[in-house]
Amino acid sequence: MGRLLGALLFLITIASVWLFANARWWFPHAITEHGPAYDNQFMLTIIVVGIAFVTAQVALGIAVWKYSAKGERGERAVYSHGNNRLEMIWTGITALIFIGVALLGQRVWARLHFYEAPPGSAQVHVVAQQFQWNFHYPGKDGQFGHTEPRLIKDSELNFVGLDENDPAAKDDQVVTTLVVPVNRPVELTLRSKDVTHSIWVPETRFKQDLVPGMSITVHYTPVETGKFELACAELCGQLHFKMKSYLLVVPQEQYNDLIQLPQAQFQGRVTQLLKEYPLGIEKAAAQAASAGQ
Amino acid sequence: MEEATQAEVHPPDHAAHAHAGGHHTPPSGFIRKYVFSLDHKVIGIQYLFLAMFSAFTGMAMSLLMRARLTWPDHAFSFLGFIFKTGAPNGQMNPEFYLSLVTMHGTMMVFFVLTTAPQGGFGNYMLPIQVGADDMAFPRLNMLSFWVTLVGLLVLVSAIFVEGSSAFSLSAHPNSAVAKFVTTYLNGGGTGTIGPIGGWTGYPPLSAIPGGKSGPGQGAGATLWITSIAIFCVASLLGALNFITTLLNMRCRGMSLMRMPLTCWSWFTTAVLALLAFPVLLAAGVLLILDRHAGTSFFIPAGEIFSDHVLPNKGGSPILWQHLFWFFGHPEVYIAILPGMGATSHILSTFARRPVFGYRAMVFAMFGIGMLGFFVWGHHMFVSGMSPYTGMAFSVLTLSIGVPSAIKTFNWLGTIWGGKLRFTTPMLFALGFVSLFVAGGITGLVLGQTSLDLAFHDTYFVLAHFHLVMGVAAIFGIFAGIYFWFPKMFGRMMNESLGKIHFFVSFIGVYGIFMPMHSMGVVGMPRRYSAFTEYAFLTKLHPLVLVVTISAFITAAVQLVFLFNFFWSLWKGEKAGDNPWEATTLEWAIPSPPPFDNFGGIVPVVYRGAYEFSVPGAPEDFTMQTTPDDEIQEAGHAAPRLGEQGVGSTTGNGHNGQH
Amino acid sequence: MVTTVNTKTGERTATRPSRGVGFDGGGKRTGGNGSRQPFPPGDQHQRDETPHHYRIGMWVAVASILMLFMALTSAYVFRAAVSGWQQLRTPPLLWVSTGVILASSVSFELARRGLRRDDAAAYQRWLGVAVLLGFAFLASQFLAWRGLIAQGVYLASSPHSSFFYLLTALHALHLSGGIAALCYLLLRARREARGTTAVNKVKRRAAVDAVGIYWHFMDGLWIYLFGLLFLWR
Repeated sequence: MGRLLGALLFLITIASVWLFANARWWFPHAITEHGPAYDNQFMLTIIVVGIAFVTAQVALGIAVWKYSAKGERGERAVYSHGNNRLEMIWTGITALIFIGVALLGQRVWARLHFYEAPPGSAQVHVVAQQFQWNFHYPGKDGQFGHTEPRLIKDSELNFVGLDENDPAAKDDQVVTTLVVPVNRPVELTLRSKDVTHSIWVPETRFKQDLVPGMSITVHYTPVETGKFELACAELCGQLHFKMKSYLLVVPQEQYNDLIQLPQAQFQGRVTQLLKEYPLGIEKAAAQAASAGQ
Repeated sequence: MEEATQAEVHPPDHAAHAHAGGHHTPPSGFIRKYVFSLDHKVIGIQYLFLAMFSAFTGMAMSLLMRARLTWPDHAFSFLGFIFKTGAPNGQMNPEFYLSLVTMHGTMMVFFVLTTAPQGGFGNYMLPIQVGADDMAFPRLNMLSFWVTLVGLLVLVSAIFVEGSSAFSLSAHPNSAVAKFVTTYLNGGGTGTIGPIGGWTGYPPLSAIPGGKSGPGQGAGATLWITSIAIFCVASLLGALNFITTLLNMRCRGMSLMRMPLTCWSWFTTAVLALLAFPVLLAAGVLLILDRHAGTSFFIPAGEIFSDHVLPNKGGSPILWQHLFWFFGHPEVYIAILPGMGATSHILSTFARRPVFGYRAMVFAMFGIGMLGFFVWGHHMFVSGMSPYTGMAFSVLTLSIGVPSAIKTFNWLGTIWGGKLRFTTPMLFALGFVSLFVAGGITGLVLGQTSLDLAFHDTYFVLAHFHLVMGVAAIFGIFAGIYFWFPKMFGRMMNESLGKIHFFVSFIGVYGIFMPMHSMGVVGMPRRYSAFTEYAFLTKLHPLVLVVTISAFITAAVQLVFLFNFFWSLWKGEKAGDNPWEATTLEWAIPSPPPFDNFGGIVPVVYRGAYEFSVPGAPEDFTMQTTPDDEIQEAGHAAPRLGEQGVGSTTGNGHNGQH
Repeated sequence: MVTTVNTKTGERTATRPSRGVGFDGGGKRTGGNGSRQPFPPGDQHQRDETPHHYRIGMWVAVASILMLFMALTSAYVFRAAVSGWQQLRTPPLLWVSTGVILASSVSFELARRGLRRDDAAAYQRWLGVAVLLGFAFLASQFLAWRGLIAQGVYLASSPHSSFFYLLTALHALHLSGGIAALCYLLLRARREARGTTAVNKVKRRAAVDAVGIYWHFMDGLWIYLFGLLFLWR
């Protein structure tokens, strides 16, 4: 029985490690500036986790393999109540490693969250609502028009409550796709109309809740062009699983041209771009295929 | 003059007289004996059965969820018959899936993981293990069980108050109950089976009344939060009882450091419950007020549903998250700590070795419990909370890994060099250690602010907490059931069936939850009712299928357990008083124990709880109640007293306390 | 007395009394020094442990109630920091309430002293006063509510009014429990005076102590809430 359990533990350990070492079910390729640092931190952590996991499971496996009772009369186990010295050493080592990892784990976070977006960032206001993303661009004047919750009328396609009387609002565009320029910091101002949503594009290694009643500003820098799926990651109701959009990272010139367009043409152009760009993961697959040849 | 003082000068035989009275006469009649019983043992079993019902219901729900995720378009005709609106023609719709998510979570967390190990085993074993004849407040004990049951009934009713399913009340719109539901609970007719806000019930989704935020969020959500509030009250009553019993009813010689680790775990859990549940209760009251009294604690200003602005004046959804997780994180430990206690207890018993580092185990357990109150923010890194706060929470969170590592190390130390007896409870306890490590260690990933940017609310989180507070805790419960079943019912459970149950479950749960980590790495968000909409999720379909198959196999083998349990109740081999050759007080009395546990006699404890393989002792187990001179009489040297036996051998847990 | 048990079958291989190993029953084995007397304090609670239960249980209950109000306090502080906060004006009646509840605490202490002196009349009298003052407090709170409602301030009017009604209502609810306990004590005292029930004095003193802990806690809690709602900020 002990050997059976021991063998099983070894098998489970091997299977688990294989699952993680398997490149097939791994992160998609990172497209943001902080992406590589993120991936490194994850790699470091997963190695620490892996070592701890394997050590514990293997030790457990060895113990059950080795220390079976024979069922003999009068057999006795080792009588001891522990070893304080061993305990201290063990505690010290784990404390050191865990706190060390915890501190290292703040670097990417600090880079993204402890600083304001640099000047000259591309600005997008995001207004989420039940099962739709609205992205609000400032237009060619670079200024966001005034918005007001009471002006929001889905029926009149005014999804963000843009005040038509504000001159700055005239050239603003609102679409359901997030378009940003490459190699330039993007500042997103996140709001929600109804319930809590969360913006999540796996390739960006970034996630942030959109909380009604709050305006949350975040920033990151995409460094690769392409089309990527954008999902809602916070339960927002019935059709949460369908609250989908795309992140479109385009070259700066293309972005500049786009942002000049009035709302009517803007929408058409974005739809066109969405068709032009292949999906990030397909592109990666194609690259992998060509690299393999 | 005074009864108590009188009794003091009587010889022990007369002591029994003093408490022959009050509730300490065995009740007669079925109702007093088995239904409204004041006996902690009966109440413990009642809790266990309640938890078992909830566990199987929750498990059935999880199977439906897996079915929906794997075959989103498939019609299961039998479902259409039961849930006419949730699964019309047998095809589950998204809101049905989400209500399953909510119900599964709430039921499992509250009515299984909080109820079974604490309300069930704690109630049954804590008084016996400390040498008391009952809980401190038997009436309160009974009350807390019945309040829990009311909570469960209210929760289950949340499924049926909305929509026009087969059991729906709104099918009879003129009935008084239907009127109550529509008028007071804002319910009726939205066409689903229950609240869809998840067990965490984040507002505004769950705070907007009248189902505006989605189907099921009317009466269903109200009953859901009411049920949780009721459960809070029940848990508080229970915690009060546990703490008083443990502090005040230990028998002579049962010093704190001689208590079985199970008692320590129940005590720590009770302290956590005592401090955490009031916070959830407060949050629940605020949520109910927001839903029904028009207040704005959690509902911010300018909420818009279908072009209609709500009149609320600027509450904060984040406030709920703070309150909820201030409770929610200790709740994780409420679920897992009793499992840790049972595991330590069982590992020591079947390894025939004293617990390695008993003191360190106690301190680690308390350390985990107390640190648990300072880490709630790690659930909220991406919620819009201050990033600096997030960093502080992150460091505190990872520091919990240290006492957890101590525990793991000591469990390994306990079995290392032992003479392991692979009984079913032992297997489950070993499984607990393995699963606790597997599930706990990924906390190192999720506890980092940076890494949480990608992992928040993905399947990685699901895998992490299901392994550690779900199945590890469940394995702790199973270990407890197999271990204490002979004591509770006087019969042994079938070992072969138990071993089948263990091995299939063990492989099964790894099969379910290990692949979920990979899904999380790829980025699969949780609480999606189908993975059909996103291209990046399609490559995970093979894993989804693996998980589902594992889930069905694991669920099937639980039926083996169920059969074993009920078969053994009547047909199991008769158990002796101490079938496992264990050392603690519960094994010093008959199986099942008599009404007042110790037959009116006060036990005296002479040593720590885990004196196995004492050199020179006649047996490889030395019971807590065996006097020292008896061992010496056997012609051997007195055993070296371990660190549990600090103080004189007849040491007294109560010196100077009264 | 140590018995060996066959693990496989669960059969006992040695004979022994039916109750199990390790009992110090029948006076045969009575402890390390061979005698039960004098009793160490550890044995006492096995006989009549309820007096200690009352006190310990009450402290534990107080801790949990305190946690409830602490949670609401943190919600209050959190909420007060968000925009849109309108502070209510302090209803003057609340000062009356505060005076009444302080007086009630004092009269409870006087009752307890009476009990210690075995002065049943004083005990009953002051207990009665404490109950009356408890009701007076509730009445005063109720009138304060009525006054606010007359001004058009309702539960949902503003965050501060929401918290005001909620916290005062929760406090009143808990205080009502205290009044019920006081009434129970009073009833028992009356019955005893009429000779219809015999009272275990140790138990009763513990019960009075426990109720005292609760009653003073309610008093302190009110002063705390009053300060939080109207003096803080």
